[in-house]
Amino acid sequence: MTDFTANQAVARKPDFSDAHLRKRYRAEARFRMYGIAAIFAALAMLAVLLGSIVTTGVSAFTQTEIALDVTLDSSQIDPAAIAKGNYRKIVRDAIRAQFPDVSGRRDLRNLYKIVSSGADFTLRRMVEADPSLIGTTRTVWFKSSADIDQLNKGAIPRDVPEADRRVNDDQIAWFDALSGDDRTRRSFNTTFFTSGDSREPEQAGVWGAVVGTALTLLVTLVLSFPVGVMAAVYLEEFAPKNRWTDLIEVNINNLAAVPSIVFGLLGLAVFLNFFGMPRSAPVVGGMVLALMTLPTVIIAGRAALQSVPPSIREAALGVGASPLQTVSHHVLPLAMPGILTGTIIGMARALGETAPLLMIGMVAFIVDIPRGFTDAATVLPVQVFLWADAPERAFVERTSAAIMVLLAFLIVMNLAAVLLRRKFERRW
Amino acid sequence: MNTLILVAVLLGLSTFAYQHARRKALRSVSGSVSDLHSLPSYHGAYVAIWCGLPALIVIALWVLLQTDLVERMVLSGIAEGTADMTAGQISLLLSDIRNLATGDITSRTPSPLVLEAAQRYAELQRLGFLLMTGAAVVLASGGLFFALKAIQPALRARPQVERIVRAILFIASVIAILTTVGIILSLMFESIRFFGQVNPFEFLFGLTWSPQTALRADQVGGSGAFGAVPVFAGTLLITLIAMIVAVPIGLMAAIYMAEYASPRTRALVKPALEILAGIPTVVYGFFAALTVGPLFRGLGESVGLPVASESALAAGLVMGVMIIPFVSSLSDDVINAVPQSLRDGSYALGATQSETIRQVVLPASLHGIVGAVLLAVSRAIGETMIVVMAAGLSANLTANPLEAVTTVTVQIVTLLVGDQEFDSAKTLAAFALGLVLFLATLVLNVIALRVVRKYREEYD
Repeated sequence: MTDFTANQAVARKPDFSDAHLRKRYRAEARFRMYGIAAIFAALAMLAVLLGSIVTTGVSAFTQTEIALDVTLDSSQIDPAAIAKGNYRKIVRDAIRAQFPDVSGRRDLRNLYKIVSSGADFTLRRMVEADPSLIGTTRTVWFKSSADIDQLNKGAIPRDVPEADRRVNDDQIAWFDALSGDDRTRRSFNTTFFTSGDSREPEQAGVWGAVVGTALTLLVTLVLSFPVGVMAAVYLEEFAPKNRWTDLIEVNINNLAAVPSIVFGLLGLAVFLNFFGMPRSAPVVGGMVLALMTLPTVIIAGRAALQSVPPSIREAALGVGASPLQTVSHHVLPLAMPGILTGTIIGMARALGETAPLLMIGMVAFIVDIPRGFTDAATVLPVQVFLWADAPERAFVERTSAAIMVLLAFLIVMNLAAVLLRRKFERRW
Repeated sequence: MNTLILVAVLLGLSTFAYQHARRKALRSVSGSVSDLHSLPSYHGAYVAIWCGLPALIVIALWVLLQTDLVERMVLSGIAEGTADMTAGQISLLLSDIRNLATGDITSRTPSPLVLEAAQRYAELQRLGFLLMTGAAVVLASGGLFFALKAIQPALRARPQVERIVRAILFIASVIAILTTVGIILSLMFESIRFFGQVNPFEFLFGLTWSPQTALRADQVGGSGAFGAVPVFAGTLLITLIAMIVAVPIGLMAAIYMAEYASPRTRALVKPALEILAGIPTVVYGFFAALTVGPLFRGLGESVGLPVASESALAAGLVMGVMIIPFVSSLSDDVINAVPQSLRDGSYALGATQSETIRQVVLPASLHGIVGAVLLAVSRAIGETMIVVMAAGLSANLTANPLEAVTTVTVQIVTLLVGDQEFDSAKTLAAFALGLVLFLATLVLNVIALRVVRKYREEYD
């Protein structure tokens, strides 16, 4: 009663004045502006994020190279034992031949540093491929070291004091002299796409991580797709409605929201410590990711099965099919595009996942390309994480480039999902 | 490898069994399928299942249990030699034995004890494999023989096969339950071991967190303190910052898209926002650590504020950006679900569009928005890579967003990445933190779902 009277006292007469109306319209425009501002803020963040990655990463696709005249003297390489040749000395002699007036141990060491420490391997591979080169002198393009590469790309500024940059004045002068002779160029960085990890940025590549990712995701797909589809079919088509199936359903919804790192803890405690499976192996990573993707596949599968109209089931049952035949011959094929779309989206999420793989030891520094499911391997996102931690300046651009590779895979997968949905989408 | 060959042989045998049984069924009715109770392919499947399934189950069990069993037998064989060893030494010894038995290099020259054990290990393994192969072959051929004998026109092959297929479907759906049980059990088990060493009360309410335990007694600060309050506080601080970014932006974006935007704008902007949710978190982490962190540090320096390069602000801001789509797409759905009649009623009373949204649409969809925010909070608490890369490592009890703080997930990662021994409080602490994390997100999710269901206003 008192409330009622209080309200009566507060109630105002409607204000129809122009001033009040203008105020309300202003509030309307303001509110609208907030909405636009929010969307712009979010999209601007997206643009800044992608823009900063692309601008820092695009330079990693090229690599500075230096031309040297190498003399493949047979005194250094025994044609009978090509692998044992002293290629390092050949490369160093070739560098010294360019700058004959450099002497002193420290200066020489700095001089040798302008060419990648992998130059001798490049040379050896070249000679192994064509032994007739022995005894000739020819011009070979070698990768420059990562610091010189960064200097050439402008990532190491020339105008700061010598003590504050990773290349000294002499090295800059030598590099400029080589450039003046047309002995430097920037070419496509194939190493980045064909080799595994390395401590030397100019020799590091993503191929090892790509192969590891493929192996891991294959295990994930092989485990989560059939199990997910079978679980979805059971829950949607056969499960009786009782507390037990309610529990399964609640449980699946909750699992979908469990933080991914908890799945990593599960993998560590169960797969590694209890079953004694190998650390860092794609098979274990794939199993952990499969457990993580399973709820996504099940939920997508159930939604797809639900969208198949009951008339299809009734027709099949009407001509004498058993419930299982109805599902396997009619309902499941019709639901398959939806299930596949959900699976691809789940796989795309698994592709970007890092945290659970850290727990099962896929963060090791691995140079070799993995050859099987139990070899030590790493995956693309973890490679990004590892390189992001590396102190060398040259790894910054490589991290961004690896992110671009990762995003390219994600775009392809999501595009496939979208196209699949477009092509097979069906309104009943 | 041998096991794989065995499995391949079994699968081949099952295929053969399928074909053979199918033909036999057809022959038994001399080709007139309608005299069979079940289609010939069900007869085939019936025999193939009896031939392959029991043997495959035996192989699976052997693969799971063999290592453990063999190791136990080997260890009991050399029990007198290992009586005074610690668990760590025994596991080292065991890995030596294993390496020797499989022909790998060992870390040191093997003692006669190890050599003998390795021989026994290899022997047992060979014996086990032979036994398993024998069992599998007997089961497969026995199954094949009896199932083939059972084939006759009246055999109810289809119901039998379907019963087995249904059982397999059921088992597949139970795997989800098993995963939850596995998570709870493994976290509980390790946490109980942790709480055997550290008082749970101290863990939950202690104010110092420095999990480095001493390797030697004389190390400084090596006693190990496991008071997790600073870690929880850091998590909450970063989550709070993320929410301050994500909730207004996400909500306003959802309102604009649901109420104001034309269908064309909507079709463009909605997927663009969803991209934010699809970008891997490690990318956000890299962005936060490399771009946003230094940017804030520079800004702080220019106005004379001390900003840590791994400030909570940078990590929280980037996490907020990541979470925007979670808030916006869920809110968008509930706002769209508000019936148009409510809006029309409000317009008829003379309200402007924004007044309608604020006083009619938002209250009607509040349950969904609260649910969306709670789910986003649970997401933020469990997010790992952004904070691992952009937040600090050392526990710091502060409310200042410009300082570096650490979070639960960061601590789990730093405690568990790299080599670890499984009986130190330091490693086990990660599991206790994992348990807290799991329970916190679980409670948030359950509350969120409850809120969405319970406070839903029923219209129409």
